[in-house]
Amino acid sequence: MSVAPEHAPKMAQASFAHRLGPWMPVLLIPVLIVLGFLAIPSSTSWLTLTVSGLAMGMMIFIMASGLTLVFGLMDVINFGHGAFVSVGAFVGVSVLLVLGQMTSAPSLALNLAALMVAVFGAMAATGLMGWAFEKVIVEPVYGHHLKQILVTMGGLIVVEQLIIVLWGPEEIYIARPEALKGAVTFAGAALEKYRLVAVAIGLVVFLAMRWVLRRTKIGLIVRAGVENGEMVQALGYRLRLVFVGVFIAGSALAGLGGVMWGLYQEVITAHMGNQAMILIFIVVIIGGLGSVEGCFIGALLVGLMQNYVAFLEPKVALISNIGLMVAILMWRPMGMIPVVKAK
Amino acid sequence: MSDPILRLEGVYTNIAQYHILQGVDLEVPRGAVTMLLGRNGVGKTTTLRTIIGHWRAHQGRILLDGEDISRMPTPAIARAGVGFVPEEMGIFADLTVEENMILAAVSGPIDPARLDWVFSIFPPLKTFWKSEAGNLSGGQKQMLSIARAMVEERRLYLIDEPTKGLAPAIISTMARALKELKEQGASILLVEQNFSVARALGDGANVMDDGRMIWSGQMAELSTDAALQERLMGLSMEAH
Amino acid sequence: MKAVLSGDMPRSVPLTLILGVILVCLALAPFLFPGVRTVDTAARICIFVVLVASYDLLLGYGGIVSFAHTMFFGIGAYGVALASTHMGRGFDALLVGSVAGAGVAAALALVIGLFSLRVRAIFFAMITLAVASAVAVLVSQLSGLTGGEDGLTFQTPRALGPAFKFGDELFGVKLNGKLLAYYLIFLGSLILFLLMLRVVNSPFGRVLQAIRENDFRAEAIGYRVVHYRVAATCLSAAVAALAGSLYAIWLRYVGPDTALSMEIMIDILLMVVIGGMGTMYGAVIGATLLVIAQNYLQNLMGVASGVVDGLPVLPELLSADRWLLWLGVLFILSVYFFPTGVVGRLRARK
Repeated sequence: MSVAPEHAPKMAQASFAHRLGPWMPVLLIPVLIVLGFLAIPSSTSWLTLTVSGLAMGMMIFIMASGLTLVFGLMDVINFGHGAFVSVGAFVGVSVLLVLGQMTSAPSLALNLAALMVAVFGAMAATGLMGWAFEKVIVEPVYGHHLKQILVTMGGLIVVEQLIIVLWGPEEIYIARPEALKGAVTFAGAALEKYRLVAVAIGLVVFLAMRWVLRRTKIGLIVRAGVENGEMVQALGYRLRLVFVGVFIAGSALAGLGGVMWGLYQEVITAHMGNQAMILIFIVVIIGGLGSVEGCFIGALLVGLMQNYVAFLEPKVALISNIGLMVAILMWRPMGMIPVVKAK
Repeated sequence: MSDPILRLEGVYTNIAQYHILQGVDLEVPRGAVTMLLGRNGVGKTTTLRTIIGHWRAHQGRILLDGEDISRMPTPAIARAGVGFVPEEMGIFADLTVEENMILAAVSGPIDPARLDWVFSIFPPLKTFWKSEAGNLSGGQKQMLSIARAMVEERRLYLIDEPTKGLAPAIISTMARALKELKEQGASILLVEQNFSVARALGDGANVMDDGRMIWSGQMAELSTDAALQERLMGLSMEAH
Repeated sequence: MKAVLSGDMPRSVPLTLILGVILVCLALAPFLFPGVRTVDTAARICIFVVLVASYDLLLGYGGIVSFAHTMFFGIGAYGVALASTHMGRGFDALLVGSVAGAGVAAALALVIGLFSLRVRAIFFAMITLAVASAVAVLVSQLSGLTGGEDGLTFQTPRALGPAFKFGDELFGVKLNGKLLAYYLIFLGSLILFLLMLRVVNSPFGRVLQAIRENDFRAEAIGYRVVHYRVAATCLSAAVAALAGSLYAIWLRYVGPDTALSMEIMIDILLMVVIGGMGTMYGAVIGATLLVIAQNYLQNLMGVASGVVDGLPVLPELLSADRWLLWLGVLFILSVYFFPTGVVGRLRARK
């Protein structure tokens, strides 16, 4: 058997600029951090803001990741995703309030145990809700964007109202567990403990998600499905089942994000998910709909931008993120890491 | 001839308001290469896509080993042992060659012996095993697409235009690969526009026109009868 | 008659009757239903008919979902308020404010449209949601200009106020400026509505519908899909802004809650879907039904809630504050089972 004719692979010929291309979005994060350093007069404030920006970014990422994957996999856009954030926050906070003895005790172990129970409860509730939401709200409108937007928006309204029915219309204030209160001082800057924890959890979630997507067969199916769902089915995988799984996992993550967001704000309302959706949408658009990496980078950019600008000129913080979105869409109209569909 | 591995009986397929297949009858015998021929746009690709379940047959039966699969979902058809190589190859460009092959092995880890056999037919796949499939050349992508179908033994292979748009040297690699597969006793339904490849590989031949089967017989008969080719496909093999 | 309606007849006897009743009731509202609250309801119906019709131009005819429609509505309202505050009360201020509001709304719609519709229609829904929310936050923060959460109270021309009298009484109704204001709103809304009826029945409207049905084919035939969609967005935004101007003139007040809140956006969506997407008459029916429901159904729910008092959860579910819950359920069911709305149903029955 003779050797098949060789074709020089294209990657060997790629120029430096071409090879840099995929890394450009990642480089935006240090660029933004440096810009923040130049714009903010005090370096300790800058450090504090950077940490809270990263913490906020991580939380947005956790909330947004499910949305972007669900879109990539089945072309389903869920405007009701924010409902999972709200429900997660309410379930999680309710659990923490019940476990008030454990959260107010000055013991790290007890605090963490309470937090774990709260997070587990929130994720179980939102995961279950995601399953129901997919069956009742989303499944009947596959392949029909207009109806999807309308129906999932309707679902959001209903869930928000049900939260008010169950928990009452008042906002609920929640104190963070004792061990997560206060700040540590590093290089003269006060860094809130909770934000450091949020950064750590966000990193763990991102790395775990990457590991699942890169190293497991189910992850391969998901990535392949984002690119060409039809072929995945022709190989023998039930994409529909995988999609439901991703939807449930994404909903549970939104619930986790909701608990974290609620503890970050220290107050929760039925509309908090809807408010978070603004940043979530900006993040998934600039990241590239369907891309988890793009979502991660986009979330960190938005978190940093929001915190830097809020410090410099509080009134334009939200508008600055719209500006960021406009700038990135002018650079790459499909987002930073565009997901190429086979068809 | 023993009972066929695949039989289509009066299959009708509509895509939107268009009636693409209008009563297709087809038999694919076991352990042979069956050619599906015809001009562009007569429904060859639609026939394959209907068998794998991407399109639904509105009427008629599709029997795989006597079992009607026309109502089964695509993944179930694939798991029943139908390997599909689509015209546009269906490569997952973001995944590496290795990951593409892992996915293709639905029933478990890849059998190393079989992988060695695939590598012996398509050596570039071994060279670029860890590379992203999107960076492969067109010919290498086609090799990967066929290798994915070959990585496990299938009851039936559906292969759509494996030589389309390839350089002559790579076409011969493809032809050799299909011949190896055939020598293993595989049953293949092959759509092919390149007549010399068709003549070299085909046992049986079926010619389609306008959503129907207009001729079925032996490839040998078709390839020696220029008048018949002219009548069925409006082309003469001598030209190739 | 046909010319006034641009050839788009109701095509159903019950529908014609209902539309006729609504028209007569609105035209004679101050005389048929004298009372501050009922006339206020009638004015709200007029304004929402225009607002919903302009949204339907986008959703029903263009197949584009926008969440920025309240923002455009608010721009028109704030335009009138700011002009009246800074130029002093007068019809010139109303005119300048309305025109400027419509201009700004159209320009903003142009920018958003060019950015998002160029890539994917679905971007538009997400981007409009983000932009509209950001603008709402900005408006409440720029309190120096906009009055912040408190909004702006301003004076309209004397001739539109209750203190202005131009006669004694007619059929027991005081002939004052408030009556004139109502008819200004009514006629303004009627003209805008008929204008939109003309637009959707023009060649432009037909191309939009062709695009909604199949944008690939429309593009293949040679229509620049993006241009048509962006044009529809701008037109729809301008009309929404004018409706906002009318609303501000009527209320003599603007604030984030009355002109910019997400609740109004949800109301618009409900009205379009329940009335019937893709028919201008659906806007009339949807707006009328929902405005009346908002004003009166809540009382009814309060009564129902009282009846089941003492049972668990049920009173909460039926409480007047939870009517949005039931509207949400109704909305989802309408999209599934009833996508052509009331008008579609009536026309199908013939």
